[in-house]
Amino acid sequence: MNADDRALYGDITRKGLWENNTALVQLLGLCPLLAVSTSFVNAVSLSLATVLVMALSGGTVAALRTLIPHEIRIPVFILIIAALVTCLDLAFNAWLHDLYLVLGIFIPLIVTNCIVLARVEAFAAKNSPLAAAWDGAAMGVGLLWVLALLGSLRELVGAGTLFGGIDMVIPGAHALQVFGEHYRGLLIAILPPGAFIFLGLLVAARNAWVARAQARASRPPAAAVSA
Amino acid sequence: MSEAADRPDPAPAEPADAIEAPGAAGSALRSAALLGLFTLVFTALMALTQDATREPIRASVEARRLELIAQVLPRADYDNALLEDTVTLPVLPALGLSEPVTVHRARLGGAPVALVFEAQAPDGYSGAVRLLMALRADGTLAGVRVVAHKETPGLGDYIDPAKDRASPKWIAQFAGRDSADGARWTVRKDGGDFAYMTGATISARAVTRAAGRAAAALAPVRDTLFALPAGSSAEPAFR
Repeated sequence: MNADDRALYGDITRKGLWENNTALVQLLGLCPLLAVSTSFVNAVSLSLATVLVMALSGGTVAALRTLIPHEIRIPVFILIIAALVTCLDLAFNAWLHDLYLVLGIFIPLIVTNCIVLARVEAFAAKNSPLAAAWDGAAMGVGLLWVLALLGSLRELVGAGTLFGGIDMVIPGAHALQVFGEHYRGLLIAILPPGAFIFLGLLVAARNAWVARAQARASRPPAAAVSA
Repeated sequence: MSEAADRPDPAPAEPADAIEAPGAAGSALRSAALLGLFTLVFTALMALTQDATREPIRASVEARRLELIAQVLPRADYDNALLEDTVTLPVLPALGLSEPVTVHRARLGGAPVALVFEAQAPDGYSGAVRLLMALRADGTLAGVRVVAHKETPGLGDYIDPAKDRASPKWIAQFAGRDSADGARWTVRKDGGDFAYMTGATISARAVTRAAGRAAAALAPVRDTLFALPAGSSAEPAFR
């Protein structure tokens, strides 16, 4: 891997995880995101399935991009994504059944997530298969950390636990009772409005962070001028 | 790595399209043919995948079903092929389901052990609550499980043992109950025998009553149900 490639993949990673984060910046694909982020385990499960689908569809579309006529690219992209998700769903059900019981309901949901089509159209159609697969994975991981945080917050405030339902993934593991047995939970955090409230707080926190970083970056030259 | 070479590709095919404009009809036909080809290839891919996965999926669905049944009736209690030894019940109001219900008949060494079937409580706090129940040959319940519900998270969902934080689980109190005890099949608040959680009585009441109704409907005909040939309709038992 030469320096040029390293710069490209580093750039893709940084954009996926932070600068162009699907959940915090692009605000794309919020429908499954808000529905599923009621707990840490659900949120991470959906994101993992999304990482897989996005990497796979990005790579496939990029590999076929020279064969796809420009004017019919959208139907072909949708066809490819839907076919891949269907195959993935069947394959999980057949050969990874335990994992399927956890991720299964989320996989068909991914087809409805416009972020997959958005990345295929914006990136995979113009780049090499490897870079496109990497972009899909990076965007997916960007979704993963935000969803994990959102899921944890909602679960913590709503039920007073962390990692509830982990026994579905790791048999024998238990949820953490953070606020003790007697915490009744703030129900709204788990209900749909809670998703909007907590997502809004996360977006605000990111914006504040970025604004502060920019202010700090622009200050030293100004100081130099006045001195 | 050679990706660097084909990476900058900012304006895909657009200028080429403009030049091709005179042959628009030909280009449309070509696009249609390509779209058809893509559809064919990816449909074939899906068909092949479905074919390859059919058998493993059937096997895992069956294993999952047996696992679920094991929650209401221990596996050691029976030795027959539970998924094949079935009779089909007609639509009974007491079961709360609008479709015919399949009853699995568990036997040990040929002797009747229990009937395993689904029922539904129509009056949960937010919609129907679907139950899986096992009724022993002696008329007592082996167990009840909630298999699908929409009760409020953190409030009414304690009827589902996966969400129930109490110990022993709320749903465990069904094991060993006698189906003949008609009036006792409701929550204590209504004069019945069943515990419930304050503030979420409706969910518990719906499940207890539905389980009682279903048990009371099948218990009187259980000997007939065990005697019917496998795969038959249980219509005669209810004449």
